[in-house]
Amino acid sequence: MAELDERPFPPGEYPVVVVGSGPGGLQTSYCLRRLGIEHAVVSQDDSPGGMFRKWPIYQRLLSWTKPDAPVERGTRPYEWYDHNSLLGEQRSEQALVAEFMDRTWMVPSRPEMEQGLAAFADRAGVPVRYGCRWESTRREKDGFVLVTSDGEYRCKVAVFAIGVTDPLKMPIPGIEDVPHYVETGKPRDYEGKRVVVIGKRNSGFEIADGMVPWAKQVLLVSPRPVAADVLAVSTVRVRYLQPYEDHSWGGGTFALDAAIERIDKTPTGYRIVANGTTHPGALEIDAEIAIAATGFCTPLRDLPDLGCSTVKQGTLPAQTHHWESASVPGIYFAGNATQAAAGLRKHGIGSASGTVSGFRYNARLLARRIAEKHFGQPAQRSALERDEIVPFLASELTRAPELWTQKSYLARVVGLDPEAGPTDDGIQPLAAFLDEGEGNALAVSVEMDDQARIYPALYLRAGGELHEDVCPPHPLHDFQSESYRAQLESLVKRALG
Amino acid sequence: MSVDADLASTLAGLRLFSDLGRPELEEIAHTFDEEVIPAGQRVLRQGLSGSNVYVILEGEAGLVLNGQERASLQRGEFFGEVSILLGESPTSDIVAKTTLRCLVIPGPQLRTFLLAHPEVMLQMLLSVTWRLRTTLAWLS
Repeated sequence: MAELDERPFPPGEYPVVVVGSGPGGLQTSYCLRRLGIEHAVVSQDDSPGGMFRKWPIYQRLLSWTKPDAPVERGTRPYEWYDHNSLLGEQRSEQALVAEFMDRTWMVPSRPEMEQGLAAFADRAGVPVRYGCRWESTRREKDGFVLVTSDGEYRCKVAVFAIGVTDPLKMPIPGIEDVPHYVETGKPRDYEGKRVVVIGKRNSGFEIADGMVPWAKQVLLVSPRPVAADVLAVSTVRVRYLQPYEDHSWGGGTFALDAAIERIDKTPTGYRIVANGTTHPGALEIDAEIAIAATGFCTPLRDLPDLGCSTVKQGTLPAQTHHWESASVPGIYFAGNATQAAAGLRKHGIGSASGTVSGFRYNARLLARRIAEKHFGQPAQRSALERDEIVPFLASELTRAPELWTQKSYLARVVGLDPEAGPTDDGIQPLAAFLDEGEGNALAVSVEMDDQARIYPALYLRAGGELHEDVCPPHPLHDFQSESYRAQLESLVKRALG
Repeated sequence: MSVDADLASTLAGLRLFSDLGRPELEEIAHTFDEEVIPAGQRVLRQGLSGSNVYVILEGEAGLVLNGQERASLQRGEFFGEVSILLGESPTSDIVAKTTLRCLVIPGPQLRTFLLAHPEVMLQMLLSVTWRLRTTLAWLS
């Protein structure tokens, strides 16, 4: 007798299909279910966790979770101290990564992160059809057909939470002979070796950091100089700054700014032929080991053929403010790939959508957007009293983890319709509020400039005009003090009288 | 996956970067992000602080002042530099007329970038001078 397949979501027709069981897929499915949107989740993996089932290669994350914080674990403000857990509504589903950390460091290890994600899937009851690989896609009159290893799924809306996990190599002659980051061995494999790491982004510095105690010398090479001042205030500094400090002291690590012309194989390893950028001139570097830490791309398969436009040389899907494909309506992206929906990029600073801390909030808004746009389920707006508006927005500016994590990207919005009365319109993408919103409303966001000054920004839409008020920073980030309230009050008055 | 169409080669084809050598082009391609803006969406917003400079790699944009389109911008042209250099908020909207692909130079980095690449500064000056001459001709 054939074995009974007890996996959920057999092939067939579903209003929505979510592809992926990493943090982006799990969070999206959780939020869709809370809104009552029926959907299937399929994943090629055999357990939850996505990339955290195997990477970071040296088993330590970049982003922190502080198990004990000034606020209670599991509360909304606590999310700001926990950049790795998914968002649940029940206490048993919240702050789960903190629960598994052994506290040897405030940055969780890969297994701790994987455990936290698996616990979320388990405790929140997020069913996934594991071992079901999405293979191709086609349009059908009213939606899409996703062809998988298990059969065909028809849907009106498809959400791809497929990570940014395909190894990517830049077109440098000879790079085909160089192993990619994903093929990096154990740190001790590099004992006494001279190692060239091609790339100076997260993955490059991560392996450099892991190898420094073993390798004779590590040279990181890429055309772009390290922006140490930016990194110093970035959440990824824990990995970057250790090897960079070694570089600054003239030790066993070098961060070279050079464009690589070609890579030659030699009897003992590799010769990197390059041209300096910060310090112009020809460079030749011999090393026993070379590793291409040249990044990753979204495994989009045939989505570009279906019409999905891409950004960053085809590596990420181009998206609207609501994470919908910029060119194929009905296709959405969740998780790490939402970093391509850049938002306002004020002062040149991007969103946090490339990390769990940022995209978990995008997923919540994405689910609400899908419910509203495709299933006629309008967003809930709760009424506010006139005198509640200012304290509410001041408190959000001071404490809302969405605003603090997704600076100048997500905003808290209060509707100020003089007839309907004030309403809490929830968290919204700031760019969507500015570009698409209608009616009188006030949006507030937390912003950071290029000097790392953190300040509140207030956006009033009244009488068809947009007005921006940028407030000064506060030494303790207390935006509930009198001057901020007064500024909020003056804007509310302008809209409501 | 391997990237075929590389950004440095695209940049080499634009007047603004035409005097740069390959290593410098690669440095720029690695330093600054590329952004795709769907047709109809704003890129630069009148009156909002913290804006950036955009160089059009593909597509067409419109300069919109008080709801009226005043100029059209094509591949190779750039916008946003006036407000950055003068330290003001943009005085008009820039809207994508087609799907628009741009290189984004963060506002706070513009001065340092131009000082490090005087060839780009000169090309920018030439473009701005042409714009000024056209405006003066129109006024007379």
